[in-house]
Amino acid sequence: MERTVLVVDDSVTMRRIVGFTLKEAGFQVIESANGVEALRELKYQKVDLIIADVNMPVMDGISFVREARATAELKFVPILMLTTESVGSRVVEGREAGATGWMVKPFKPQKLLETIARVLG
Amino acid sequence: MGRDSGEKGGIDLTPFQEMFFQEAGDLTADLEAGLLRLDSGHRDAELLNAIFRSAHSIKGGAGMVGFEGICRLTHSMEGLLDRMRGGLVPIAGPLIDLLLRAADALKESIAAAHSDSAAPAGEQALIAELDLLLENPTAPVEPAGTPAGDNGSTSRLYRIRFEPSPDVFLKGMDPLRVLRELSGLGVLHKVEADLSRLPDLEDLNPETCYLGWELEMESDCNRARIEDVFEFVRQGALIRVETDDAAPQAGQAAEPAPPSPIAAAGQRTSAATSDSSSIRVATEKVDRLVDLVGELVIVQSMASAILHNLTPSRVGELKEAMAEIERHTRELQERVMSVRMLPISVVFGRLPRLVRDLASTTGKALELEISGEDTELDKAVVERISDPLTHLIRNAADHGIETPEQRLKAGKPAQGRIHAAAFHEGGKIVIEVSDDGRGLDAERIRQKAVGRGLIDPGDEMSEPQLHSLIFHPGFSTAETITGISGRGVGMDVVRQNVASLGGSISLASRLGEGAKFRIKLPLTLAIMDGLSLGVGSETFLTPLVSIVESVQPKPGQMKTIAGGGELVLVRREPIPLVRLHRLFRIDNAVTDPSRGLVVIVEIEGKRIALLVDELKGQQQVVIKSIETHYRRVEGILGATIMGNGRVALILDLAGVLKLAGGGGQWPSTPRPEELAAA
Amino acid sequence: MSETRKNQYLTFSLGEEAYGLDILKVQEIKGFTSITPIPNTPPYIRGAINLRGTVIAVLDLRARFRMPIAEYTKFTVIIVVKMNQRIAGLVVDSVSDVVDLGDGDVRQTPEIGKHADARFLQGMVASEDKLVTLLDIDELFDEGEIPAAASHGRSGEDSKQVER
Repeated sequence: MERTVLVVDDSVTMRRIVGFTLKEAGFQVIESANGVEALRELKYQKVDLIIADVNMPVMDGISFVREARATAELKFVPILMLTTESVGSRVVEGREAGATGWMVKPFKPQKLLETIARVLG
Repeated sequence: MGRDSGEKGGIDLTPFQEMFFQEAGDLTADLEAGLLRLDSGHRDAELLNAIFRSAHSIKGGAGMVGFEGICRLTHSMEGLLDRMRGGLVPIAGPLIDLLLRAADALKESIAAAHSDSAAPAGEQALIAELDLLLENPTAPVEPAGTPAGDNGSTSRLYRIRFEPSPDVFLKGMDPLRVLRELSGLGVLHKVEADLSRLPDLEDLNPETCYLGWELEMESDCNRARIEDVFEFVRQGALIRVETDDAAPQAGQAAEPAPPSPIAAAGQRTSAATSDSSSIRVATEKVDRLVDLVGELVIVQSMASAILHNLTPSRVGELKEAMAEIERHTRELQERVMSVRMLPISVVFGRLPRLVRDLASTTGKALELEISGEDTELDKAVVERISDPLTHLIRNAADHGIETPEQRLKAGKPAQGRIHAAAFHEGGKIVIEVSDDGRGLDAERIRQKAVGRGLIDPGDEMSEPQLHSLIFHPGFSTAETITGISGRGVGMDVVRQNVASLGGSISLASRLGEGAKFRIKLPLTLAIMDGLSLGVGSETFLTPLVSIVESVQPKPGQMKTIAGGGELVLVRREPIPLVRLHRLFRIDNAVTDPSRGLVVIVEIEGKRIALLVDELKGQQQVVIKSIETHYRRVEGILGATIMGNGRVALILDLAGVLKLAGGGGQWPSTPRPEELAAA
Repeated sequence: MSETRKNQYLTFSLGEEAYGLDILKVQEIKGFTSITPIPNTPPYIRGAINLRGTVIAVLDLRARFRMPIAEYTKFTVIIVVKMNQRIAGLVVDSVSDVVDLGDGDVRQTPEIGKHADARFLQGMVASEDKLVTLLDIDELFDEGEIPAAASHGRSGEDSKQVER
């Protein structure tokens, strides 16, 4: 059965690249441009994995993770954060908020797939 | 998994480069706009975050699609911006200047990448400058691969103890996935669960992990690879990896495999095309078009059906159907035109930066006001209006606005105001650039014009007439070149540019108070308001904007001069006559001006009188290119298709003027009959 | 016997003479329609016509070959041809069949002076008792008349290649 991934990033280029990589690997992909939109989507869709950027307008990634974890249905969904090296402390913050894992931007698509495999099994 | 692009383990991301360029363009504009706001005093946290995010997004995208230089530059900018938003670095003018320069360098780098050229020299310099301000500048992490697995074919025995953190489930991780990944790296000889911490059922919290595992596995992989498996479950966990291998554990962290550059210099199918090769359109616009075409098809087939069984009684129905078709077609035309429309903010957006730079180079205090940035223009017009607009602004800053001292002396506020406005008026787009500077000095213009031989000392000219002399080709000279207005580009070039867009420029000014330049443009290049002129059995069109008036001269108003030229006297102003029937070798046309009509047109400041048979009316025509399938014809701007399906030529008045100057006739084109008879 | 490539040609007539055009270069055949003269053009360019919304130039082949001009009748036809990215029209007296002609059938045009200039001709073919002169389209419009596509540097020789 196909698994669904929600990609949350305000950069359209990132969303498309990540989406493309995932689709090539056989995933279903949903996109959102920020945390608020993502939470809205999650009310109606069941997903197997969430990939979210740390830096987004309206609601940043860390707050999004926190909100997601506070929702019953999303307590155990693996969440991968996309972060950048110069803001490394965000990884700790993200972890505390409940993120499962993280990827440092920029990354190779192959690495993304490997990380997803690690986190999704 | 993943498509192999010939690069090891790679999915080729070069198709996403174009998308990156589009997004980067917007983001860079946002970045700059944000920095300018910062510069003008705004200090809210959200502004800083927004600027940071712009740099961050560009960096992310650039890194992904393989533009290392851009990635590095934005990485440094991002680092600085992060410190600024974190309050670690005070936000001062010089810092903003640096970031603005970095933004410029970024634009150049992006442009260079887009056109497949080498990175501009400034890129490295700015990275260095930015890094100086960062205490611990770091290079952006090279996109890392998983650590090298193999250490040769030596198989080792690993003993692993793994006790995940109790909250591992709440982080969305399942420890079994770790075990599963390990099992893929070798052969698991022993997997033993440690249940010692498992409480009684009543006390058991299903969301807590109480388990641990002891594993023994045989694997070719090195320690680093094994340890990497625990990447996301390290926090709060107990992990012990032992191997019998006596090899020194050189460094716990695995060295990431040297990353091969993501298809950096990949073949790009879309070569450096200018922006004009594509348009982004709001989906609503397209949706409405689709609907409209659907409606049109329906009505058209209705009309067709009626026609098929036409009886006199159904003529009324047919008329209604045709009227509806006409309505839909007109709406379709408008909406399709609007697809090509862009808001002028695309061009106005560059002005704040321009004015800021002008202020520092001229040493004058300048304030820019913008209005009507939502006004939409055809894409092609927007692109070509940028240069003339920029020139007018530079002109205002350079010549118009006085220095603060001069202004104060004149009782004006020290800061000069430049206002750029755009709005619709009478079916046209109007762009105004006005300033409250010193205005035009008509007397000095007169003197200059006399000096250049443009007018005679005795010529009587009104102030507005003198003002418009600045558009004359002979007027601007090397004298007016300053470093800013540069290259001696004069107002005549501005006028030409505007004219080539089918528009016109005028100006109003009061000495001491300022000047206002007004550009009028057609809504679109491809559609023109034209006046149909009948010459013999042919019809020609001329742009309506160029028409001054039309008269039927009395014989007494016609004059011939030596050399064969003819003049028409209109209110005692002599205007050269151009006989279109002769120019086009048309038989059966009116040759006596007093029996026909003389249409006075103005181009590039000159007036000529076209002799035609009659005016056939005013209409909006779609300009079709002759050049596409034939070639450019001097004197002809293009063609259009009349209601009767025939092609009618549109006059290019500048070309007509040139040709008429050569004797009032095109080079003689012998008719085929004449030729064959020879 | 080596296999000769067969090409299809559209044959048409100008007066008594039969001519042929590579069918791949023919876009369509249009009935005669009113032509708008274009100033400052060679005498054999009659003017422009409307081809479903596109404006194209029309060349009179008789004029091009310096033949006497004929009256345009209801049989007069405009052959719309395509060269590179451009399309144009050719006025001819009437159009005949499409014939298959093999490469092997093509003879060089004899040196006798004919109406048409030699460089327009690809060769001559005997087909059903008629001598059909094959025309090279690209040459007809060359002479700087219709500029070649920017990317091709064309000389007279190059233009003989079959282009897609």
